[in-house]
Amino acid sequence: MSRRISERVDSIKPSGIRKFFDLVIGRPDVISLGVGEPDFPVPWRIREQMIYSLERGITSYTSNHGLPELREAIAEYYSKFGFRPDPENVIVTTGVSEGIDLALRAILNPGDAVLIPEPAYVSYKPLTILAGGEAVAIPTTPDFKPNYDHLSKYAKEFEPKAIILNYPNNPTGVTYSKKELEEIADLAIEFDMIVVSDEIYSELTYSGKHVSVASLNGMEERTIVLNGFSKAFAMTGLRIGYVIAPEDIAEAMLKIHQYCMLCAPITAQIGALEALRNCDEELDRVRAEYMRRRNLFVKRLSGVFEIRKPEGAFYAFPKISDYGLSSEEFAERLLLEKGVAVVPGNAFGDCGEGYIRCAYAVSMEKLKEAIDRIEDFVRGLRPNP
Amino acid sequence: MDKVIEVLKILEENARLTPKEIAEMTGLDEKEVERIIRKKEEDGTILKYKTVIDWEKVGEEFVYAIIDVRVDLTREKGYDDIAKRIAKYPEVHSVRLISGDYDFQIVVKGKSLKDVAFFVAEKISTIPEVRDTFTHFVLRSYKEEGVLLFKDEEDRRLALVP
Repeated sequence: MSRRISERVDSIKPSGIRKFFDLVIGRPDVISLGVGEPDFPVPWRIREQMIYSLERGITSYTSNHGLPELREAIAEYYSKFGFRPDPENVIVTTGVSEGIDLALRAILNPGDAVLIPEPAYVSYKPLTILAGGEAVAIPTTPDFKPNYDHLSKYAKEFEPKAIILNYPNNPTGVTYSKKELEEIADLAIEFDMIVVSDEIYSELTYSGKHVSVASLNGMEERTIVLNGFSKAFAMTGLRIGYVIAPEDIAEAMLKIHQYCMLCAPITAQIGALEALRNCDEELDRVRAEYMRRRNLFVKRLSGVFEIRKPEGAFYAFPKISDYGLSSEEFAERLLLEKGVAVVPGNAFGDCGEGYIRCAYAVSMEKLKEAIDRIEDFVRGLRPNP
Repeated sequence: MDKVIEVLKILEENARLTPKEIAEMTGLDEKEVERIIRKKEEDGTILKYKTVIDWEKVGEEFVYAIIDVRVDLTREKGYDDIAKRIAKYPEVHSVRLISGDYDFQIVVKGKSLKDVAFFVAEKISTIPEVRDTFTHFVLRSYKEEGVLLFKDEEDRRLALVP
């Protein structure tokens, strides 16, 4: 190990999916269900608005907080998820990725424990470690929901500073009902934890409506909400998101943000404002299409896997361990033999072993073809189909 | 979501889907999808199944013209009467009552410019209530029935994204 690299950075494993990435490259026949990114383009009116702003030469820095109109719009928009924050407590960030980093760096002292229910998005753990904290993984298989009893065991043992929630969830597609959130909120209050609530998939909720944990009684003052425009409006490469935090935490986050990022890209901020103002119909259309794909995908795959019907996002997380292969073996052979790329479940934490993540962010035709190939592959794994 | 509306939306986008496929997409029972479709065919909600074709690709050239038509109404002849008279010609692709300077906008499909011009001169202009017509020939089409006729964007996403 080189001594030039910080020990902390050195202790972090590189992302497990890099190997698969190399296997996919140069294979045009591959259908990738491994993409955590919408297949729809950014709605044209958003793009058009950004182009127009460039034509008018709007390319400067914005205030550290972000454009005032955008912060107002975000605060107003959030009332659909149960509470209306003060626009002063909204910071526009360079994607939710930055928001997670800001949140953790703003609240953690060296050695502070952070509860992370797993399977979880890949960056929570490394960012916790980079912020000097201790990441405590909580396995939630097989129903992928942390409940009060389960969590309180960990809370007692580790006296955590915070818990990171992500609902609808990447990679499982599970989301939490108001009642389930209330249980978690009770626990957060009882153990005096800050909740980092990653709600990036909130618009892609198919059963019922998304409720923010911050909207529950007494929770706004201890919740850092993270959200953005990547999944609902496909603005992934534009890197634009936001945080909503209690005043003191927002102030602390802004301090970090102003030194490490200064401000989110202005073009993306302008696009985001158009997204909130005028894209409801596009969003309804996209949501309906994802829901159709989800229904079809889960229905067809339930013939070969044990699979839970996801309530949101665009992921399904079937169990594959019955076929006697590890997640990585399964994913690698499926890719090499049938040309379908998925992400092995253990990329999202140890308890994801035995599962694979399939993103249904591909056209219906490709999705059907992918299912046919998966069925074909699985048939070959059994002596007698 | 209303299940009938959902089935109709899916069919409008792709009329070739089978009831089984629609059932998988909606979570409805296959029999129920069949029943909804049959009922909507019978009550005239579903008017017809058709295919959007880019005829230029096979060298079949059609000429389309948009004709603005101004009419004089009489006690005996209202908009409906005149519209129906125009609509019954097979050459007429669509007839719409519109606001603005003209009363109707009709789209006429023909084999050649001459074809269309003569049709308008002989069949539309000669209707007694038609005061004047204004013909615009279509030179090129970029979008039809909500479908773009050009492709200038491709999927640039990385193959794997966590």
